[in-house]
Amino acid sequence: MSEKVQKIVEIADDELILGWRDSEWTGIAPSLEEDVAFSSIAQNEIGHARALYELAARELGTDADTLAFDRDPGEYLSAPLVEERRMDWAHTIARHFLYETADEIRLAALKDSDDAEVAGLAAKMDREEQYHRLHARMWRDRLQDEPRFVDALEELWPAAVAVLPEELRPQMSERLQLDLPSNSLLRGFERGSHSEELRPLLDEMTMVRRSVPGATW
Amino acid sequence: MIFEVFRQEKKGAAFAHAGSVEAPDATFAHAYAHEQYGRRQESEALWVVPRDAIHEVHDFHDELHQTYHRVDGYPLKEKLRLARERAGGTAKSVDALSAGGG
Repeated sequence: MSEKVQKIVEIADDELILGWRDSEWTGIAPSLEEDVAFSSIAQNEIGHARALYELAARELGTDADTLAFDRDPGEYLSAPLVEERRMDWAHTIARHFLYETADEIRLAALKDSDDAEVAGLAAKMDREEQYHRLHARMWRDRLQDEPRFVDALEELWPAAVAVLPEELRPQMSERLQLDLPSNSLLRGFERGSHSEELRPLLDEMTMVRRSVPGATW
Repeated sequence: MIFEVFRQEKKGAAFAHAGSVEAPDATFAHAYAHEQYGRRQESEALWVVPRDAIHEVHDFHDELHQTYHRVDGYPLKEKLRLARERAGGTAKSVDALSAGGG
């Protein structure tokens, strides 16, 4: 897998897994309006994953579904931040806010890519992500003095930094005015490590697809 | 707070009431309206308005049946019938009246 394709699959996996996690709030979000909004954002993330997998699949001579659903858990390139199952609204919003901040930095770098196709897709995704950021920031503004939210941000900060490649991390630190975590704090959150929650998630996510292997749906 | 949402389907089209969203403030209302009334690309633009900002006006009395305020206040058919009678039923004069009576 070339460096370019690896980068695309990393982002695709992040978006797919986070989209799945966020969709776990459908029907149980704190208000009906939030239910609709958060589910819609989750769906958008999965839509971004699809577009990225399609791009990677062309380079790899496969298709998007195969990439999304037919790999072993160890082959996923998602960051541990997006894998955790967090049935707590403070953590969910903290993760959402931190992820969107990292994603904005990552997409800005991707928009400058020499590869016109990659740069174009990044620009398209970024336009939709603006609304995710609006949503994430308004919740941050609302919860920023709540101890549960403050604790959740602090707890998730190392995992959030680890979403980004090393060269982009200082931007994240500067933007949120938080010190970069030490290497020992980052251990276990770096890409390549996986949360124990990933395997059960993938089992559930691929359940229907695995029930009739090779079927055309 | 309740916010009323008006939706414009195409550029230049009039905004029409689409529904409402409940939100703690204008920023949340903006985000919720965007997801509820825009995620299927069904809207060109939205107006999101606090319900309190809308002044609803009722009580339109028409005790004296002043139908001339309305477009349909002058029933043209009736006028044509009367004109026809006055003209003694000649088709020519009725046509002339009809052509000029926009």
